[in-house]
Amino acid sequence: MNEALSLLAKPLGETLLMIAASTLIAGILGGLVGIFLFALSNDRFAGKHRGARFAKRLADRAINMLRSFPYIILMVLVLPLSRLIVGTSLGTLAAIVPLSVAAIPFLARIVESALSEVDSGVIDAAISCAASKTRILFAILIPEALPSLVSGLTLTMISLLGYSAMAGVIGGGGLGDLAIRYGYQRFRGDVMAVAVVTIIILVELIQFSGTAIARSIRAKR
Amino acid sequence: MFHAGRPEEAANQALIAHPPYQAPLAGDRTMPSGAVFQDIPVSASIFPRTALRLDAISKAFGSHTVLDEISLNVPKGQIHGIIGKSGAGKTTLIRIAGLLDKPDRGSVFFEGINAPVHELRGQELLEARRKVGFIFQSFNLFASRTAGENIAFPLEAAGWPSAKIRARVQELLDLVGLADKADRPSSRLSGGEKQRVAIARALANHPSILLSDEATSALDPETTRSVLDLIRNLRDMLGLTVVMVTHQMEVVRRICDSVSVIASGSIVEEGLVSEIFAHPRSAAAKAFLKEGQHE
Repeated sequence: MNEALSLLAKPLGETLLMIAASTLIAGILGGLVGIFLFALSNDRFAGKHRGARFAKRLADRAINMLRSFPYIILMVLVLPLSRLIVGTSLGTLAAIVPLSVAAIPFLARIVESALSEVDSGVIDAAISCAASKTRILFAILIPEALPSLVSGLTLTMISLLGYSAMAGVIGGGGLGDLAIRYGYQRFRGDVMAVAVVTIIILVELIQFSGTAIARSIRAKR
Repeated sequence: MFHAGRPEEAANQALIAHPPYQAPLAGDRTMPSGAVFQDIPVSASIFPRTALRLDAISKAFGSHTVLDEISLNVPKGQIHGIIGKSGAGKTTLIRIAGLLDKPDRGSVFFEGINAPVHELRGQELLEARRKVGFIFQSFNLFASRTAGENIAFPLEAAGWPSAKIRARVQELLDLVGLADKADRPSSRLSGGEKQRVAIARALANHPSILLSDEATSALDPETTRSVLDLIRNLRDMLGLTVVMVTHQMEVVRRICDSVSVIASGSIVEEGLVSEIFAHPRSAAAKAFLKEGQHE
């Protein structure tokens, strides 16, 4: 058992790195895409322009397509992209690229729907305060949607944790890889158990913190 | 401080006597940019200045005509009611006047702006919006902000420095009687307090016009009266021009000087509140008065 635990340190670090980096990248890029999707479809922003409606339809198709790929296929498909960005298609850093690519459309949808849920009366009020669209977006809509955005980010991180289990395929390591290589392929039930329990603890931790943050934001309102 | 007081009786008479303004080119809808607010053929010595003018406003949603060539002149300092049943088009009308929606045809003019305001864009549109405050039935406060921060938002948007914002917010909170509620999250205010904060927010940029869309409909009778009295006091104190859309006869009776009765997208009767109460002519006005008696 002690040996199983000692095997844990490196994969745990790899998993944490993969989750943190891909959450950060997807948080920024997916957030921007989500804001874009919202602005294109909302009548108060660009939604009334024919060009915007067309762009929204294109973006919808692209996002749905990206989200349809089984993750393992997506991972192989973005290998060239990993090589371009991190210089290699193997290893933990390389695994961050497909994770981000998978999370961006997911998070974009979450941001789009969180912003769309803000009451249109609140947008009317912000407009009547003579604020610019950008100001309304960043000073009103995002703060108003913050609890939903936090919940959505939590959901994204947990999905990423699941996807990261497949990083072993491209040598990315991580807890899922540990469970497969030791637990499954070498019949080391103890290592499998340690890896799986660690993943469960991580999921619980992420969910607990996400819920707590969202709740504390709501409690101050 | 400028003190408008209640408009003189003569001014009230003028509202009725004065026929709806017809722009020289109103017929062809393409008002030249040269058409200016000062073109209103009203002699300032006889008639009060018009603060808000709607000119042959039409609006349809799909094939359903909501507003059919509605024109309205609201003299400066007046509290004007627009009463009608739900679906009569009054909310659409006031949203167009408040630059929240655009008319299909027709023009909106504000005092002091030499162009139809509904055609403005960019910075000019924002400047026009600072001339008019808007309050809503559902208050529409920002839940992510405290009472004070709600009031600060239009000032932030206008680029005020934060020290000035703080002073102005306190002044506005005093004005609406909520001096001690600055740091209260907006969701923890009562309905009446929420509408007071919304009024303070609407008045932050020193607008000359206040538009109210059923602002008291969600409030109990006592709170309704106190909010109405606040609006009247603010009009007296600040020289505001107020337009109140409502379906409650109580609102018209309590604070309006003049009223337009609106039914299926048209104004069916218009005049001094006292006259319409005494001699209603339209069926819609008679119906409202009858309803009012049961209150």
